[in-house]
Amino acid sequence: MAKIVVVTSGKGGVGKTTTSASFSTGLAMRGHKTVVIDFDVGLRNLDLIMGCERRVVFDFVNVINGEANLRQALIKDKANENLYILAASQTRDKDALSEEGVERVLGELAKEFDYIVCDSPAGIERGAHLAMYFADEALVVTNPEVSSVRDSDRVLGLLSSKTRKVEKGEGRVKEHLVLTRYNPARVAKGEMLSVDDVKEILAIPLLGVIPESPAVLTSSNAGSPVIANQETDAGRAYDDLVARFLGEDRPHRYLTAEKKGFLGRMFGA
Amino acid sequence: MDWLKFFRGEQPKTTASVAKERLQLVVAHQRDGRANGPVYLPKLREELLGVVRKYVTVPDNAVQITVQREDGLEVLEMNITLPDAT
Repeated sequence: MAKIVVVTSGKGGVGKTTTSASFSTGLAMRGHKTVVIDFDVGLRNLDLIMGCERRVVFDFVNVINGEANLRQALIKDKANENLYILAASQTRDKDALSEEGVERVLGELAKEFDYIVCDSPAGIERGAHLAMYFADEALVVTNPEVSSVRDSDRVLGLLSSKTRKVEKGEGRVKEHLVLTRYNPARVAKGEMLSVDDVKEILAIPLLGVIPESPAVLTSSNAGSPVIANQETDAGRAYDDLVARFLGEDRPHRYLTAEKKGFLGRMFGA
Repeated sequence: MDWLKFFRGEQPKTTASVAKERLQLVVAHQRDGRANGPVYLPKLREELLGVVRKYVTVPDNAVQITVQREDGLEVLEMNITLPDAT
């Protein structure tokens, strides 16, 4: 039975697509057959982050409308044979997604895959609603910043009411907090909300903390999910996150600032 | 450095702690009427706010309503914050 995981946040630009790309790649690297779907119809970007933008022929909306079948639209990842990408349409708007259509495609994918990762668009409109509606679990991506935390709380309210699981009385969507762009040095100076602050406000279990890292941009430049780059802090943090999601017990890293050495203190910025 | 504050051991408020306090308020406000409490709570809150505003000018979050359950009893707690008299 496939598990459907939505990556959502409310606010834009907090790292949903970065997280979707690395999370799905991490699941596939561990041997789970995974498909990641871009729900951001009209503003697709997952294909760029995954580095498969030149191989998109058919997309999610084509499959919903019956203009292509899944086999034609699924793009096999270049690095992981267990990973497939379903791109969003670039030319339609979000009304092209119908609840029945999404349900049918997810149902077909569920026969073949272990994990279906839904990369939600920003906002709480149709695209975001449908991305979360069929989910079993949710990664709520949040930056340690007031507007992002407030929007995440709003999304948590929707997850607890506007999902199929809840509407059918089949329990609730399991929520996980993913705190991204975390800067421990600024937290130590009292300039940034700490992990504990955000955990206390949102009151959901913490799955992972991804440090603010130059590697996120360089990875997206290259079209390779940051988790594939295990020499980087963000890459390792995503690897920990996936391991924890699958039940491994891994301590959280990158929560405290690295101490500057003597020379660093003398000459560092 | 304010030496009096230093000797009293008072910490100056960091922007992060200001952010946390502000968030706790807006989030509590946002959560009114969801998860706990009867469905009429948001409307009750709006109407109360309207009544208070007949007499004083208060911000949107001046009226806070929470429902607590204790020993099978539901307690409706209302908190109305009035502005400082200036």
